[in-house]
Amino acid sequence: MPRPFTPKIITANDLLEGDVIYFTDTNSWSRELQEAELIEDEAEAQLRLLEAEKDALRVVGIYLTDAKSGDNGPEPTHFREDFRRTGPSNYRHGKQEAAANV
Amino acid sequence: MYKYNDFDTAFLAERNAQFRAQVERRIDGSLTEDEFKPLRLMNGLYLQLHAYMLRVAIPYGTLNSDQMRTLALLAEKWDKGYGHFTTRQNIQYNWPKLRDVPDMLDALAEVGLHAIQTSGNTIRNVTSDHFAAAAKDELTDPRPYAELIRQWSTDHPEFQFLGRKFKIAITGSSTDRAVTKAHDIGLRMVERDGVAGFEVIVGGGLGRTPLIGKVIRDYLPQADLLPYLESVLAVYNLLGRRDNKYKARIKITVLENGIDTIREMVEERFEERRKAFDGTDQQLLEEIKAHFTPPKLRGGNVETYLTAYDADPVFRSWADTNLAAHRDDNHAIVTISIKAHGQTPGDATAAQMRGMADLAEEFGYNELRISHEQNVILPHVHKSDLPALHAKLKEHGLATANVGLISDIIACPGMDYCALATARSIPVAQEIASRFDELKLEHDVGHLQIKISGCINACGHHHVGHIGILGLDRAGVENYQITLGGDATETAAIGTRTGPGFAYDEIVPAVERLITAYLSLRDSAEETFLQTYRRVGMDPFKAALYPEAQKKVA
Ligand code: HEM
Ligand code: SF4
Repeated sequence: MPRPFTPKIITANDLLEGDVIYFTDTNSWSRELQEAELIEDEAEAQLRLLEAEKDALRVVGIYLTDAKSGDNGPEPTHFREDFRRTGPSNYRHGKQEAAANV
Repeated sequence: MYKYNDFDTAFLAERNAQFRAQVERRIDGSLTEDEFKPLRLMNGLYLQLHAYMLRVAIPYGTLNSDQMRTLALLAEKWDKGYGHFTTRQNIQYNWPKLRDVPDMLDALAEVGLHAIQTSGNTIRNVTSDHFAAAAKDELTDPRPYAELIRQWSTDHPEFQFLGRKFKIAITGSSTDRAVTKAHDIGLRMVERDGVAGFEVIVGGGLGRTPLIGKVIRDYLPQADLLPYLESVLAVYNLLGRRDNKYKARIKITVLENGIDTIREMVEERFEERRKAFDGTDQQLLEEIKAHFTPPKLRGGNVETYLTAYDADPVFRSWADTNLAAHRDDNHAIVTISIKAHGQTPGDATAAQMRGMADLAEEFGYNELRISHEQNVILPHVHKSDLPALHAKLKEHGLATANVGLISDIIACPGMDYCALATARSIPVAQEIASRFDELKLEHDVGHLQIKISGCINACGHHHVGHIGILGLDRAGVENYQITLGGDATETAAIGTRTGPGFAYDEIVPAVERLITAYLSLRDSAEETFLQTYRRVGMDPFKAALYPEAQKKVA
């Protein structure tokens, strides 16, 4: 039996920076997971992935991954995506560093 | 050490120019990622979890001060001020920008360093004993042979597209500091009738099927090294499986076909291949050897050392753990721990790298080594210089006296950096080190190797750790499996799993229970953890790890 579809977001890395990025509902890429488009429908997810892949020359490694709806937009459901949205645990590098610079 | 000749220099310049053009073409859109990926991997450039990662080879772990300063420069100018030394005598930069990588490679080339064959299904960086040419127990310096293998394997047309990556390690000592038995090919210098040759071991490896290599030739004359290696690789290229990535390593080929069959096939090919070698390789070897003449060690007495050893307990404690016997009694081999308690194992800042380069120049005949245990070594230091060296190491935060102890942990990057990881390794290592520093038990516990990997690939060598820790994903949460009894030396062994894994917040207490059990089980303070484990077996440790299960049985 096929497993029920769970909500998804689209993520990738920026070609030049390598930075983790997310696909938004305005067909642009954001560095913030909270700004990602949460896709609730399976067919829609495939269409949105095709749309995102139009940017394949500017971004790297596009994929769909699980997320859930939170108070301020989508949130990760798995620890891997949780680490990707913040940065490594040993230094405040990656997105944590950017946040500290604001 | 080996100096690049004009050919090598031109070769690197051309490779880098090619890559620079490829990067431009990727950025302007003429290359797709599918086209570009194999090209970037050929130049050591990965895409990891948060950013790109550049892996630079440190051939047989040997560096001079200028090269170390260049590694510092890369960290400072194009990365975030630090580099990560790995278990394969490489350094990884975790945050390079795509556009900068060609400049980084050019800077490396200026001091004869590169990132070639640090990735891909080729013969990878040949690793060696980090105490080479200094160790008291050494027969012959293995590095000229490692360099010969490097030159032969670089861009070797037959071996650029193997079924999988291929790793060779070589040692010239009876004590194995290169984990030769856990490599695709391990080479150990041995003597027969007074002439040094190689014991050849094949089919070892870690990863999802950890295996100890088997001896395929107990004695190979030196002159036959390359034709023999070629024959092993040719047989692997022929028989090795390509249907399944996980079964594509030579260890599986040896397991499935049996060492005797492999040996016969290799010997057959060897007869033919040897004829094609006209002695040029031996001439080359002689030229290479001339670059590895040991430094002229200075004389002088060691009074200052003996005085400091008696007077200063901090120096004594460092000397007791971080020094190893040099072939010259007035000299010592110094291991600089880059495992300060609570720090990331293997990381060094640009300032620390420069500091080590300066110290190598001042006290160490301009030589540095990187160990597979993620530490830095000054192979030749006159004992009278040790107190001054120690004082300066302290200034750089590099005087931690923990080599070979519980906080000298090998940890792979795990899910903090690595795209393949299933759990984190680094914070687990940091917490274990900090915890035992707090308990002040470290020196009492004595020699103990903890090795941590963030997935079954086992980059962190957990299978051969006295205590091995493997991070997994169990239903969406980090979970850590423990193995006991692994050994990375000449008596190599794969550890045995203790039982169910532990959650992230349970793993440090679990290690603490293991250590408490060991302290009560050991015969005397001289009996190491591994010796105790070998004497008493798994059961008492299991009882300490899983007290609840014991209660249920009772
Ligand atoms: C961060 C990016 C890395 C990636 C993508 C990566 C990839 C891999 C893969 C796929 C394997 C399994 C090979 C196999 O046995 O089939 C492996 C094994 C290994 N890697 Fe890495 N690795 C990474 C980092 C490292 C680091 C940081 C080290 C050293 C600390 C390292 C050293 C090794 C070693 C020693 C093995 C042992 C397994 C063996 O070949 O027997 N790797 N790696
Ligand atoms: S063991 Fe796994 S997680 Fe760790 S570096 Fe190797 S591939 Fe990455």
